[in-house]
Amino acid sequence: MAELLLEGIKKSYGSVAVLHGIDLDIKSGEFIVFVGPSGCGKSTLLRLIAGLEDITGGRLSIDGKLVNKVAPSERGIAMVFQSYALYPHMTVYENMAFGMKLGKAGKAEIDRRVREAAEILQITPYLERLPKQLSGGQRQRVAIGRAIVRDPKVFLFDEPLSNLDAALRVATRIEIAKLHERMSDVTMIYVTHDQVEAMTLADRIVVLNAGRVEQVGSPMELYHNPANLFVARFIGSPSMNTVPMKVETGGASPRVTPRNCKTVEVDAVIPEAAAGAEGTFGVRPENLHVVGTDEPPGSVPVFEGRVDIVEALGEVTLVYVDVGHEEPIVAKIDSDLSVKKGDRVTLASRPDNFHVFDAKGLAFPRRSAAG
Amino acid sequence: MTTVPMSGPSGAAAADLTGRSDLQRQRLRAAWMFLAPMLIALAIVAGWPLVRTIYFSFTNASLNNLSGAEWIGFDNYLQIRTLSSGRVLYRGLLADPAWWAAVWNTIRFAVLSVAFETVFGMIVALVLNANFRGRALVRAAILIPWAIPTIVSAKMWQWMLNDQFGIINEIALNLGLISQKIAWTASPDTAMIAVLIVDVWKTTPFMALLILAGLQMIPGDIYEAAKIDGVHPIKVFWKVTLPLVRPALMVAVIFRMLDALRIFDLIYVLTPNNAQTKTMSVLARENLFDFDKFAYGSAASTMLFLIIAVITIVYVVVGRVNFEGGR
Repeated sequence: MAELLLEGIKKSYGSVAVLHGIDLDIKSGEFIVFVGPSGCGKSTLLRLIAGLEDITGGRLSIDGKLVNKVAPSERGIAMVFQSYALYPHMTVYENMAFGMKLGKAGKAEIDRRVREAAEILQITPYLERLPKQLSGGQRQRVAIGRAIVRDPKVFLFDEPLSNLDAALRVATRIEIAKLHERMSDVTMIYVTHDQVEAMTLADRIVVLNAGRVEQVGSPMELYHNPANLFVARFIGSPSMNTVPMKVETGGASPRVTPRNCKTVEVDAVIPEAAAGAEGTFGVRPENLHVVGTDEPPGSVPVFEGRVDIVEALGEVTLVYVDVGHEEPIVAKIDSDLSVKKGDRVTLASRPDNFHVFDAKGLAFPRRSAAG
Repeated sequence: MTTVPMSGPSGAAAADLTGRSDLQRQRLRAAWMFLAPMLIALAIVAGWPLVRTIYFSFTNASLNNLSGAEWIGFDNYLQIRTLSSGRVLYRGLLADPAWWAAVWNTIRFAVLSVAFETVFGMIVALVLNANFRGRALVRAAILIPWAIPTIVSAKMWQWMLNDQFGIINEIALNLGLISQKIAWTASPDTAMIAVLIVDVWKTTPFMALLILAGLQMIPGDIYEAAKIDGVHPIKVFWKVTLPLVRPALMVAVIFRMLDALRIFDLIYVLTPNNAQTKTMSVLARENLFDFDKFAYGSAASTMLFLIIAVITIVYVVVGRVNFEGGR
């Protein structure tokens, strides 16, 4: 059981500021994922929470106790590193028991906890092996086991899956989800740049960019109601299509005109005063349909252009349509539909799938947000 | 090819085989061609002198009559002669107390100097491995003693240790550490200490650098893991750092050991003609050139070679056994 409170957390190396005041309230037992592009400061934030780096400014409290100056081992945390950080000369058993030996726990207690953790992670057969005799996935499980043995209040994961191959990544991801279920009162903070990991694991996602929090929310909240352009483009794959637009009217029936497109009605709260302003119009690839095939009722045509590239992924097909912008518009369509390079197509979508952002990139709130 | 097993002795397969061995022969030839210059150079500068030395150790050669050397077997090593009175006389290197004193001096010097250098080198390496401002400068500065030619540093220390004018006596006297000036390099009690001080001063940087290279191979995140686990730094050193730096340490020790066992220049300059510091190399040179006992000196050189070889082999074998058993 542990709540974390971050108030105005800042970090700079010399004159280079990396984190510019992070405020975050993490509830006990929550699974929080820090996600963002490389260099956004997500790993640094995790290391500040772990106590591996000094906090430059702000307050970090765990369970109401200020821990800015508390040693890592006193914070009640355990950490799983990207590169596993196992002691290469010790067996799996020794690796898991090493941190406990100095504690007050007796030998029998250590043994019981190591074997229990090994049982949970199914690494009991490997207890006497050295890390180099294990596969990457097994090593990562040992690293998690070492963390479990410490019986932490807060579990920190620093990109734990990025050294694993794709299949193992999925399997280990599911195991981590199970682990969270089993240890439901342990707070988990997980850093990743992989949005699939973020979406599948998180209770709440914290999107970081250039040392600032862009948005905090549940995965579906971020997907359906991105607070700004950055989050809109970061969550979802392929990224949301965004094109410049002009606001025609605000108020009760807001209408916008994306560049090179027809004027469309949107389902957003746009103040009347915004009429005539520039902004950005966005729609996700999976919400676009080729007119004349399978477009759902209520769709309105938005983009028109020539198919540039067709990528058949098996389950779906990605169609890149040149509509006269710098970047093509991407549509994710049913793979049964036959669209060929060079075809002229019209892409349509339902108005409640449209996202609109003001000139600063902040979203106009959606009225019928599904999520 | 393998789908036609009935078509008799497959010519194709045979051609394939010879083709492969052709390629192999070609590679072998290329390898020898690249190795040849090195092998020839080694044979000229190392092999030939070694063979000559070993040969001379079995002759009665003297410095002014190398070509007239006659084979006398093992007489330079050990010669047992029974006198008419019935007394048995042992002569030769292996019966020479001066030789055994030199062996003892050499081993004592090697063990002590390498032990001190390892401990100090480890401390210096640990300091240099930490992150602090001006680390690059300190790292470069620490190499200076090692970079100075031995003759120069030996002369320098000789002056510093001088019994009349030396700064060491001056400082120690002023601090009240000693009551009268000490003839460091001449006195039998202190000669070995003086040699050890200078050698440790001179070669610790080398040791530190080799150990530092080993330390930098250890991934940093396991120290962070230990930090989060709350393992005491001293325990981390003994249980994590030392086992992981051990391979590098073993190599560093063997390098230094080989060097120390054939120490010559420092002792020749710092404490000439001092029985307490006379090592195998010094004794061999003395016999070869000063005493005109060229064959005897060759025997000493050969023994020196054998002793170093045996110690090295024992060290490597024992070291490896421990290395695998100790995890």
